Amino acid sequence: MFPEIGHFALTLALALACAQAVLPLMGAHWRDSRLMGSAAPLALGSTLAVIIAFGALVAAYVLNDTTVVNVVQNSHSAKPLLYKISGVWGNHEGSMLLWLLVLALCGAAVAGFGRNLPSALQARVLAILGLILAGFALFMLMTSNPFTRMWPPAPDGQGLNPLLQDPGLAFHPPLLYGGYVGTAVTFAFAVAALLEGRVDAAWGAWVRPWALGAWAFLTAGITLGSWWAYYELGWGGYWFWDPVENASLLPWLATTALLHSAIVVEKRGALKIWTVLLALLAFALSLLGTFMVRSGVLNSVHSFAADPARGVFILGMLIFYVGGAFALFAWRAPSMVPQGTFAPISREGALVLNNLLLCCIAAVVLVGTLYPLFLDLIFGRLISVGPPFFNTATLPLALPLIAAMALGPLMPWKRAALWPVVQRLWWAALITAGAFVAAWTVMGVPFWPALGFGAGIWLIAGAKADIWERIQLFRVPFRTSLTRARGLPFSAWGAAIAHAGLGVSALGVAGMGLASETLVALSPGQSTNFAGYEWRLEAVRDAQGPNWTARRAEVTVTRDGRAVVTLFPQRRYFPIGRSTTTEAAISTNLMRDLYAVLGEEREGQAVLRIHDNVLAPWIWLGGLIMGLGALVSLGDRRVRVAAPQRRAKAVSA
Amino acid sequence: MTPRRRRLTILLLAALGLGTATALTLTAFQDNLVFFRSPADIAAEPPPPGRNFRLGGLVEQGSVERGTLDGRPNITFRVTDGAHTVRVQYSGVVPDLFREGQGVVTLGQIGPDGIFHAREVLARHDENYMPPEVADALRRSGHWNPASGDPPPAAGWNRLQPQRATGS
Repeated sequence: MFPEIGHFALTLALALACAQAVLPLMGAHWRDSRLMGSAAPLALGSTLAVIIAFGALVAAYVLNDTTVVNVVQNSHSAKPLLYKISGVWGNHEGSMLLWLLVLALCGAAVAGFGRNLPSALQARVLAILGLILAGFALFMLMTSNPFTRMWPPAPDGQGLNPLLQDPGLAFHPPLLYGGYVGTAVTFAFAVAALLEGRVDAAWGAWVRPWALGAWAFLTAGITLGSWWAYYELGWGGYWFWDPVENASLLPWLATTALLHSAIVVEKRGALKIWTVLLALLAFALSLLGTFMVRSGVLNSVHSFAADPARGVFILGMLIFYVGGAFALFAWRAPSMVPQGTFAPISREGALVLNNLLLCCIAAVVLVGTLYPLFLDLIFGRLISVGPPFFNTATLPLALPLIAAMALGPLMPWKRAALWPVVQRLWWAALITAGAFVAAWTVMGVPFWPALGFGAGIWLIAGAKADIWERIQLFRVPFRTSLTRARGLPFSAWGAAIAHAGLGVSALGVAGMGLASETLVALSPGQSTNFAGYEWRLEAVRDAQGPNWTARRAEVTVTRDGRAVVTLFPQRRYFPIGRSTTTEAAISTNLMRDLYAVLGEEREGQAVLRIHDNVLAPWIWLGGLIMGLGALVSLGDRRVRVAAPQRRAKAVSA
Repeated sequence: MTPRRRRLTILLLAALGLGTATALTLTAFQDNLVFFRSPADIAAEPPPPGRNFRLGGLVEQGSVERGTLDGRPNITFRVTDGAHTVRVQYSGVVPDLFREGQGVVTLGQIGPDGIFHAREVLARHDENYMPPEVADALRRSGHWNPASGDPPPAAGWNRLQPQRATGS
């Protein structure tokens, strides 16, 4: 019965979303407050319907209802409960339903927390969200219905791809979707602003928290995905410039640019048109990512089924939403009057530079990701664009960005001089240069990793300098500094934390530039020396899990005769689905990861690949710190109380 | 600074940034595009030595030999598209689903000895999955018409007669 309820709820959600897309728009156009007032209840209603649909699918998975095609194809009764639930979004249909759920929840949030918004703006935003919701609900009902029944029921399910049976992957898609959908909200705000023909500081104050939230989710999702690739794929790498990874990086870059330019709109009223354009771009890139990942034009763990009908439908939606929004932009944007002047060297100027560089990086990544697809489509030539391309093309753009990241926050608004800012950062520059030179010449670190260390230290020192300057540390009595620190807005702390987080990640990436690996074939009892440790293979035994069997090696690692750690790398065999996965064994002391992968066994010898990954955990630690920075910034007083203040202003104006 | 001059500055800056990005993309493309070649392509036009490319096909049945080279596990095998084969040498752990008769894509360069020295060997996560490049190579060599079902077993690849222009 659950599937029928779910199916009905999904159809109901479509109907409500259609109403949500039309009625409030009409109301906003005719200034009819009753029609505008329908937006919030409709949004809550469609959200409830999507929640019921999602709950029904989860119930079908938990109960292992083998009359549902989707469950049969992706689940199995022997799977642990966590993976039964995460299996709901471990496939195309279910993941689209999760997309829909997150989108509906965001709509409900705008409806619930957006009471302070001007009612016309709120109605329009909810209408655009309803339009997007309707599009995706229609897409699901037409091409990928998760509630399709089958008869006779299968004896049991076919199981979930074992690579996805992992706690990291249970949370990676919801986080990433939170980010993708967050860009849908900023998109809705941008389109609503275009419809109203007005962008003001209040609009910036509303868009920034949403951009910030989307950015935090994207950051967390990408970090988790990268961590998963590191420990689950067993290749010892953390970022492969895979098209699917790029599909999540592109919206991240656009959202990063957006949340910085929204600051300028909010504080200074400048860069309005540009910010609107960025909001459109961020959502366009999110949709493009969804299209690339879900349509099957790319082959990866993420593309569950290559169904041309789906690809065409998503492409159609991409053209409809993005094309429509850009047409609207071309029509309405010229009527928006630019405001707020500033000198090129100022806080605004630094943020423009940030936007420019981020957009250039995004353009390079986009070209590198799409070029092979186009070449294949048009000329039938097969090429691939690998990591070397992305590294050589993006690094020269990332370096000035990082250099400016420490300078920008120290600049005053409107007009600044470069020299005083540099003066205030002289000690950071000195430490950075010192670290770089020491790493490169004294410690013999290769050039690029040494530069990475320099960049990381520069970012962290810059963030610290920002806070020190603001609280006037060592210049006024300590007690005064403390009071100033307490009075500092959360957004200032958040920005400094996020910038420092990127620095921590940069240090991790630089450390991974020094990582080494080796491959050995050992018999039990034999050992090898690598990276200053002695790695000894004790034995390889059989192991048994809930739905897999495994070969499990015991590797003891010693240093100067003292035991350091015992690692248990595994090769797991999943009888359902007949596939094998490698479970890397990782031991970390936060400064380095000892990483072992068990390869094939032959003639009593087992092949081991062992890695010494310097500073590897810092990459994801940095990502977490960045996300934390966004959260702190979201706690800012401005975000919490901005809306009522603005209403007062609107009344007086 | 007048608004006009400000706009000009920003436009110039944007043009500079875009120009830099384009130049970077083009130079990086020049050095880093990796072409896909099937064994037949290599036979028809030997690629320049020292240039990385991707070689794909099926792992020929009975061609896999494992051993050690300088203390590292080493594996050699032949990659076939039915019409031609190329010997591949790789020292490293091959992926879990690397099997004789299965599709494989390798990344590396051809040495002066005519052997393809692979830096990476990719096989996919699914037993029945055929990398699209491999499927394409098989199709072009006339050994498999995707419309007629699954690819034939790899054991007798080199003895199969190309079935050109049938069923299409």
